[in-house]
Amino acid sequence: MLNRSLSKKRKSFEVLMKILMLLSVGLTASLVLFLLVYVLVQGIPNITWELLSTKPSYLTEKIGILPDILNTVYIVIATLFLVLPLGVGAAIYLTEYASNKKMVGIIEYAAETLSGIPSIIYGLVGMLLFSNNMGTCLMAGALTLVIMNLPTIMRTTQESLKTVPQSYREGAFGLGAGKWRVVRTVVLPGCVDGVITGCILSVGRILGESAALLFTAGFAHALNGIIDGLAAPGATLTVALYVYAKEQGEFGVAFAIAAILMVLTVLINFVATLVQKYFAKRRSL
Amino acid sequence: MSNIISVKDMCLWYGEHQALKNINIEIPKKSITAFIGPSGCGKSTFLKTLNRMNDLIPNVKITGDIRYEDTDIFSPKVDVNHLRKEIGMVFQKPNPFPMSIYDNVAYGPRTHGITNKIQLDEIVEFALRDAAIWNEVKDRLKKNALGLSGGQQQRLCIARALAVQPKMLLMDEPTSALDPISTSRIEELVMELKEKYTIVMVTHNMQQAVRVSDYTAFFLLGELVEFEKTDNIFSQPQDKRTEDYITGRFG
Amino acid sequence: MKKNQILEKVIHGIFLFLGLITVDCVLMITVYLVISGIPAIFEIGPVDFLFGKEWASTAAEPKYGILPFILTSIYGTAGAIVIGVPIGFMTAIYLSKLASPKVKSAMQSAVSLLAGIPSVVYGLVGMLVLVPGIRKIFNVPDGASLLAAVIVLAIMILPSIIKMSITALDAVPKEYEDASLALGATPIETYFKVSVPAAKSGIAAAVVLGVGRAIGEAMAVMMVAGNVPNMPDSLFQSVRFLTTAVSSEMAYSSGLQQQALFSIALVLFLFIMLINAILNFFLKREKE
Repeated sequence: MLNRSLSKKRKSFEVLMKILMLLSVGLTASLVLFLLVYVLVQGIPNITWELLSTKPSYLTEKIGILPDILNTVYIVIATLFLVLPLGVGAAIYLTEYASNKKMVGIIEYAAETLSGIPSIIYGLVGMLLFSNNMGTCLMAGALTLVIMNLPTIMRTTQESLKTVPQSYREGAFGLGAGKWRVVRTVVLPGCVDGVITGCILSVGRILGESAALLFTAGFAHALNGIIDGLAAPGATLTVALYVYAKEQGEFGVAFAIAAILMVLTVLINFVATLVQKYFAKRRSL
Repeated sequence: MSNIISVKDMCLWYGEHQALKNINIEIPKKSITAFIGPSGCGKSTFLKTLNRMNDLIPNVKITGDIRYEDTDIFSPKVDVNHLRKEIGMVFQKPNPFPMSIYDNVAYGPRTHGITNKIQLDEIVEFALRDAAIWNEVKDRLKKNALGLSGGQQQRLCIARALAVQPKMLLMDEPTSALDPISTSRIEELVMELKEKYTIVMVTHNMQQAVRVSDYTAFFLLGELVEFEKTDNIFSQPQDKRTEDYITGRFG
Repeated sequence: MKKNQILEKVIHGIFLFLGLITVDCVLMITVYLVISGIPAIFEIGPVDFLFGKEWASTAAEPKYGILPFILTSIYGTAGAIVIGVPIGFMTAIYLSKLASPKVKSAMQSAVSLLAGIPSVVYGLVGMLVLVPGIRKIFNVPDGASLLAAVIVLAIMILPSIIKMSITALDAVPKEYEDASLALGATPIETYFKVSVPAAKSGIAAAVVLGVGRAIGEAMAVMMVAGNVPNMPDSLFQSVRFLTTAVSSEMAYSSGLQQQALFSIALVLFLFIMLINAILNFFLKREKE
């Protein structure tokens, strides 16, 4: 009675689903592996000290990506510098000050909308809003990226603020502290986790961004210091990759940049997981 | 009286921790057996061993012999899905699927290969009638089951278990999440179901065991201390520990 | 005392301003796109613009019909969904329900990596692997085609679909699965017939998110789709998407041509807003 096995129909469903699942997982895994290996194999041989340390020259017809590396660094710094106060402030308003539920709903919906807008639209609006007024320059690109990364910083900060126990706030209020004092002494220290996580995620996003920068930051390869750099047009690594691959057919350089970006992506993902684990552990203590 | 389940020298380990020690019990057909004992005594664990739901927990090791109608339930020849069809289960918290009432009850029969609409309709009606909920839901079979009250949900879960035509029902504290009125309805229902099914019920509530069950098994720290007719165990317990427990000295 | 109250008020005001900044940004983006996008639509005529089959912006007698772009975006996204969703969905079920914790966490890192790879890198690999591959396998003159874009987009939406589906599947109460197993269903039957229906809002949200990603992607598509404003009559046609239509001519456009590009962006934006609204609907339902 009990040793009847599954009916044929049920058994074939089992087997079919198992096969489909394993195929899908296998495909996803091999895809990641292929991309990683292919890009590194094609790219690493092309990475030379000369490539990393010089700027492109029409005279020697040699390509160097130092300006692009520096531009990327400048734009990351500028964006984070601007987006942090805005995103953290917005998060603090939402968790600490906002009392109107409808308002919170509207702000959160706006943040979700922002994170759903494709970068090409940001690029266009950034061009209209910033580049048409201040010229095509890294700063215009950074300002565009600020809007793009606002929801990320806001969300991660909000999440870390939610883990600050209500009793801390009550304790501080109970001692007669004013709202601002409570925010400064109890709430702000609590958002460090979120700010760090948000920064890592944003750096990843800025590194990978290209469509939003093409028409805002431009694609020049001039070697500048940070102040002049931000005021001048410049390509980040991703934009440079695009230009070298699509417009100039310099696939060696493109792959070298791709390999660098790939390594950075792996690194950022690794650090992000590490940091998240560390914070989760600290919170549970 | 013949037995539907017979257990010999059964032990169960969660990793290094032994949760059940040398259990021996014979459960008679078409009766209600109550498992009582303080929390963590192993009564729920034992219940879940009978339909092999413990298989799903990693690192569980079971030794000894459990026979259902003279078949060793751990024999490699036994299809666990079939065993679970024969031995239904009702859980502590009502857990209807987030689907319509009809689909909840029809889920089991469909799983076991019944697709004929007329046949399914019949099964659904019979199961809902047996679970004494037909009159309350017959006009809203297509409505989501999560809209029912807690007590109704639990009776729906009983109907869902009955729909695969089991011989036996395992109930893991089926009324602990319910209010007193719903509880007494479930108790009445369980007593009616005894006509057709063998019922094993874990309960925290000793009055419930007295009201409902024919037999009572008292578990303590992973051991089956005493198994007797309910009337006897509550009037003249043989073991000092049983007496202490039912007179409320601990637990 | 009074000074303190004023300070508190000022600070509250500052935070209110910061809190509203996302709303301001959304409004600003909307207003800018509408203002710069509307004029060309009326100059060209809404019907000619939206349903015109020919885009020839630099011709002596320019034509501004964006139906090819709209259809390409819709077909491309649909194709990416048809390929990406089943793979992502199956992967998610395996990882959420069957995989060992080690495999699950390794694969989740792999999927995060997939999500983090810049789109230009996808474009580059697509240009040099996929495009020649399609040319050889299907024996067509140019591999830069709708098919290449569909495949690249399918890969690019995989991480969103896998991640969101896993979240939804992980959140299915274990009680549902226990009940199904206790009725004699096998684990796999249980996952497909109870867990998946229970997580359907979340999975639907994952699909919608995938649609949003696919329709908004520009750079990778620009590098593999051939970028010719053809009607998407065949998978092997070189095509231009809404996103690439904006980016490919923006650098050198002016006058009505540039205004028409803004109008395309406005159309794309409306698509995205619609998708966002649908996404929000599913996410709200998932929360309940």
